[in-house]
Amino acid sequence: MSHTFTLDGKVVPFVDGQTIIQAASAAGIFIPHLCYHPEFKPHGSCKLCTVKVNGRHTASCTMRAAPGMVVESETEEINAERRALTQMLFVEGNHFCPSCEKSGNCQLQATAYHLGMMSAHYDHFFPNRAVDASHPDFLLDFNRCILCSLCVRASRDVDGKNVFALSGRGIKTHLIVNAKSGQLADTDFTLDDKAAQVCPVGVILKKRQGFAVPIGERKYDKAPISETAETTEGR
Amino acid sequence: MGLNEINAEAVAAVVDRVINRYRRDPTCMLQILREVQEACDWVPPEAIDRMQAMLGVPRTKIEGVAGFYSFIYTEPRGRYRVLFSDNITDRMQGNRALMERLCGNLWVERGKVSEDGLVSVGKTACTGLCDQGPGMLVNNYAIGGLSLERIDEIAELIRNKVPLTDWPAAYFKIEDNIRRADILLNADFKPGEALLAARARAPSDGLNASNTRSWREGLPSGIGGPGATLDEIKRSGLRGRGGAGFTTGLKWEACRNAQLKAGHQRIVVCNADEGEPGTFKDRVLLSKCPDLVFEGMTVAAYAIGATRGFVYLRGEYRYLLDHLNAVLANRRRENLLGKDICGLPGADFDIEIHVGAGAYVCGEESALIESLEGKRGTPRNRPPFPVTNGYLDQPTIVNNVETFAAAALIALKGGEWYAGIGTKQSAGTKILSVSGDCARPGIYEYPFGVSVRQVLEDCGATDTQAVQVSGPSGICVAENEFDRVIGFEDLPTAGAFTIFNKSRDMFEVARNYVHFFQHESCGFCTPCRVGTSLLKNLMDKLHYGSGSPYDFAEIEKLNQLLQAMSHCGLGHTACNPVLDTIAKFRPAYDKRMMQQDFTPAFNLDRELSSARQMTGRDDAAAHLATEHGGQS
Repeated sequence: MSHTFTLDGKVVPFVDGQTIIQAASAAGIFIPHLCYHPEFKPHGSCKLCTVKVNGRHTASCTMRAAPGMVVESETEEINAERRALTQMLFVEGNHFCPSCEKSGNCQLQATAYHLGMMSAHYDHFFPNRAVDASHPDFLLDFNRCILCSLCVRASRDVDGKNVFALSGRGIKTHLIVNAKSGQLADTDFTLDDKAAQVCPVGVILKKRQGFAVPIGERKYDKAPISETAETTEGR
Repeated sequence: MGLNEINAEAVAAVVDRVINRYRRDPTCMLQILREVQEACDWVPPEAIDRMQAMLGVPRTKIEGVAGFYSFIYTEPRGRYRVLFSDNITDRMQGNRALMERLCGNLWVERGKVSEDGLVSVGKTACTGLCDQGPGMLVNNYAIGGLSLERIDEIAELIRNKVPLTDWPAAYFKIEDNIRRADILLNADFKPGEALLAARARAPSDGLNASNTRSWREGLPSGIGGPGATLDEIKRSGLRGRGGAGFTTGLKWEACRNAQLKAGHQRIVVCNADEGEPGTFKDRVLLSKCPDLVFEGMTVAAYAIGATRGFVYLRGEYRYLLDHLNAVLANRRRENLLGKDICGLPGADFDIEIHVGAGAYVCGEESALIESLEGKRGTPRNRPPFPVTNGYLDQPTIVNNVETFAAAALIALKGGEWYAGIGTKQSAGTKILSVSGDCARPGIYEYPFGVSVRQVLEDCGATDTQAVQVSGPSGICVAENEFDRVIGFEDLPTAGAFTIFNKSRDMFEVARNYVHFFQHESCGFCTPCRVGTSLLKNLMDKLHYGSGSPYDFAEIEKLNQLLQAMSHCGLGHTACNPVLDTIAKFRPAYDKRMMQQDFTPAFNLDRELSSARQMTGRDDAAAHLATEHGGQS
């Protein structure tokens, strides 16, 4: 069955079972997001995709669309809140864009640009996180992890390997790998893994190709994230 | 038994024993981890090896679960693991000095393990002994009423490696301290009575089959015992006692009416994860009247057609486990649990107890269910709600300990009787856990509608400045509000009633609560994970004397963000204690606002504290002169 709801005044069609963000994407409307990925079960943790549904805040990646819903997304208030969440993610980890090889291909950076984030605003936490360079083909730089769990879901649900998981709690939540040594080299992670493709930031990096595409010619250098995300497929 | 020196074979034997007892069921992961730790003092990598092999689950999953819970250790923490309760009431009773004394006695640094691997001393969130604090946990067993003298004795016992089982029994004696009893705590109740009464509500002839069917399948027959019992619960107006106050009858009915998938059953869960600081009434209910609680669960099972029940007991109440299991065993012997309960064919229900491991967020019902399934206690995305998709995707009700106790009495005496107690909007009684500055802390059961002033008078509180009703996530009530009443229409509460006299600094109260929320955030969603840390940093900044009006505005902005964007109630309420105290005890904050203009939180002298600690110096020459003389 096809129905509609309104998103910032525009009429958006949806089919039963679709979430708000899925219906919006299909209609070519971009809602900022980090932990959401169209190929995986929604997680609902980053809260960047929060919209107001009939006046109440809710994550658009987990909320199913319903007929007649009034959804607000691109408002001053909601974008300010999204900007604050993005700033939180920046200060929680160690994100130094100028020296990061993911710069220009990074969804966190691109989202920050999209939201007009001009500074980190909050005091940096400067956590101490070791880098894992043990694997012959990959580098894991946990400093940039935003705990979106996309690699966790990809490895578990697509690769059937459970290479990654979250451990710890609260501000100490962190990514772990499936090895007694705690080293990626001792897992069965390979270049063909789906989990190797999904990191939205610069944690899971393929070795020896960091600067194959020069800065300035990368994905989000060419067009803002709102024009390059899966949203555009619907256009 | 201590297995600090790793012996892989011995560890494997322990793991095998525990895992077999849990039927090699990965959904019992947390219970397995907990019991392995009880035997090994921690969860060594060798134990995880064995669990991985025996349970057939990836290592990441086991480590992910173990890492979530404060009381599960994947690094050695000593044969004696001492945790001081660090609720605001413990602080007011001088826990800091006691902890320093113990650390000094044992030559151990707070938060670290002694060099010989014998002992670690740390702190933990409220252990529910506020009426007999300061409290501590030793290897998860509760000790209350600490004094300097007792601390010295404990240090001696640890130094002499006396097994915990040989410590003086008096240490582990936890008092009920019931100061005012009403229908629940005074209940003259014989186990089985409520069930027989529920069954008797069925018209007697020809309907036994429909009753039986109801129990098995929970079909909404609307006639006979189960339907009639549900009607009584609805008639009573009973609302959940865990804080949220959802109407119990509606919850039960929704679960009863939920479609069952093939192979599924309905589940009854008792939430005994009493983690809200200052709350300890479930501890007393479980210790004094466990039969009433279990009977309430069985009545619920009867009404909704459930066959399996769980009690999720907070890790801090581990000491109650053996007694509760004995009560359950007795109920099985008496045919009040098991098959064909009370002789009713098809009336099958049993209860098992799962013990938590130090995670406040597991009191949230969907996080609790995740934890029951042996996972990290992360609140779920809702909808769907537990009543349709709960434990292992089966229709599940989760109710508070006190709710079940009340339900048992309602089954026995009827809904109308219950609705006649309390106020129009809040039927029945409420058990309050009274602690803080008063002469007679303990348990007070009142009909709803009692005023704060009355409770203060009854417990002998004088010169009261404020009462924190329902804990940090509740409401802070000031003197001019003492005529407000306990009830859903005014001051809803999960039970905590923490009293502060006029000598207390309400800023430090709020700061303690903010530290609590920061520690207990599950870390799933960005706003709560990072926001509670930012809030903690801001409160610490004020505490250290670097606060300015700018920081005030920041606190208010954070509050809005947490309320709007957080995933669950923890994030929504984390700012409550700060906002309440700012609104009502502004001078406590003004005193801290030592700066007119923005001042960085960074303080070079404070950053040098680790260097001072390492060199054992604290003299004037080891300090930098600070521009603004804040406390450090």
